Amino acid sequence: MPKKTAQPAEYVLEVEDLVVEYGRRRILDGISMNVRAGEIMVIMGGSGSGKSTLLRHLLGLEVPAGGTVRMLGRDVSEMTNTEMDDLRQHVGVSFQSGALFTSMSVGENVALPLRERQNLDDNTIRIMTRLKLELVSLAGFENLMPSQLSGGMIKRAAFARAIVMDPKLVFFDEPSAGLDPVVSAELDELIIKLRDALGTTIIVVTHELESAFRIADRITVLDHGRVLVTDTVDAVRNCQDQRVQDLLNRTPREMKIDADDYLRRLTEEEPEYVD
Amino acid sequence: MAAQTLSRMVSRVSRDMLRGVSDFGYLIALLGESFYWPVFGPRRKQPVRIEAVFTQMMQIGVEAIPILAVLTMAVGIMLAIQLVNTLELFGVESQVVLAVAKAMTREFGALMTAILLAGRSGSALAARIGSMVVSQEIEALRVMGIDPVRYLVVPAVIAFAIMTPALVVLADAMGIIGGGLFSTGPLNMTMETYIRTSIEVLTVGDVMQGLSKGLVFGILIALVGCSAGFSVRGGAEGVGRATTRAVVLSLTYVIIVDMMFTWFMNV
Ligand SMILES: Nc1ncnc2c1ncn2[C@@H]1O[C@H](COP(=O)(O)OP(=O)(O)O)[C@@H](O)[C@H]1O
Ligand SMILES: [Mg+2]
Repeated sequence: MPKKTAQPAEYVLEVEDLVVEYGRRRILDGISMNVRAGEIMVIMGGSGSGKSTLLRHLLGLEVPAGGTVRMLGRDVSEMTNTEMDDLRQHVGVSFQSGALFTSMSVGENVALPLRERQNLDDNTIRIMTRLKLELVSLAGFENLMPSQLSGGMIKRAAFARAIVMDPKLVFFDEPSAGLDPVVSAELDELIIKLRDALGTTIIVVTHELESAFRIADRITVLDHGRVLVTDTVDAVRNCQDQRVQDLLNRTPREMKIDADDYLRRLTEEEPEYVD
Repeated sequence: MAAQTLSRMVSRVSRDMLRGVSDFGYLIALLGESFYWPVFGPRRKQPVRIEAVFTQMMQIGVEAIPILAVLTMAVGIMLAIQLVNTLELFGVESQVVLAVAKAMTREFGALMTAILLAGRSGSALAARIGSMVVSQEIEALRVMGIDPVRYLVVPAVIAFAIMTPALVVLADAMGIIGGGLFSTGPLNMTMETYIRTSIEVLTVGDVMQGLSKGLVFGILIALVGCSAGFSVRGGAEGVGRATTRAVVLSLTYVIIVDMMFTWFMNV
């Protein structure tokens, strides 16, 4: 399959030195990465490596302790709420759990961004909604409620909702988590189809190696809140870094115990909780 | 050891107080936004949807009518029984009509409506928003560029602001009728005369006092319900806690505000 190469200058997302701390714990430690227009970037890492945290900060849902995120050329931290809401018309997000509105049917879920942010008549909205449902093979299911859907269908409905406004940039959190291999492969196909058909830039967060290698143009490997490497699929496969190889070969992590550190953890006072 | 325990207690109390202050600040902010969105929403391409307001009005108002009618009628009957017995001692039991009418319109109509709405609709609002927080639906709204306050809170606040005074009118009427059910016997009066007398003794001020209370209570209950919902952390258990908190807090606020109202309007 021919992979489109974008001009290096066309960055859709630029992250520089992003630092995130929860209480005294540093969750993300100086993350820098760029995503080019039209590419599929996979952010990969083990459980607890900080993928979801990174995603939440890329989306501007939380304010980082340091660093900058530029989305579609705009610094996320310097935008007003209105500007942010308008920018978000060009960004689609499919959450890990789907986050479909449980009180609305599949069709209403997919139609919501159109209904709330665009001045369109009902007919146009219905047609655009059906188009997207068709694309994710959910045509005819628009009157079902989210509780009546299977896991794979929920993901696909969430995907349809994410792309209903024809965004320039789509985020996809753990597309294959909790799905059987066939369904997960179908979702991967869908992601590639979308990029090829609409030229959408897609950022996928996942811990599934096969899925990552199948869809990615480039992969960013995250470990303990740091970027180990960002490169093409082949380069990452051949990366000599020990930690990357451990991740790829699923070698269990060595538990290094620092005696002083261990003692300090055991004896320190309870921290004040910050909600 | 004692000193440490004391300092822990002080820090806990001060933390709770800080939390109370910040919660109250959040209520004020939500109130401000409730005025902001209807005016500036259309300009930001995020109008407040009339349909959403109507849906809420049905749930809050129309569906509450039967239970509210029964409750306030019962209160009217109780008031009448107590007042007939007490006023008899002074030989002025005919004043029961006046007493029931004033007490219902000034005080109990609004209070009973608030109690019912806090338990029925304020808690439902907290549960709805809270479960949306847990299932990331609120975040989904935010990343779609749909402001959750505009979309969820403002329609509820408007619906409460409209429906609560309307329900207070019903509560007043049912309370007075309830009073009549009991006292027409002891007073040797027809129901018709009883109700006509009630209307004659009531002033516009009496009724307005209850209605304005209703307006304020309604908005309070809506704001407390929403803010409790948004404050949910950690799963279904958190939703349950927020729902309880919404009821307890909004009733506390309602009764305190009621007392202040009554004080300033009557003393
Ligand atoms: N709200 C939070 N408060 C404190 N710690 C958090 C919070 N969210 C995540 N963490 C911690 O940050 C680390 C990374 O979490 P996360 O981003 O969810 O990882 P991943 O998605 O890669 O599994 C974990 O150790 C987790 O305990
Ligand atoms: Mg995660």
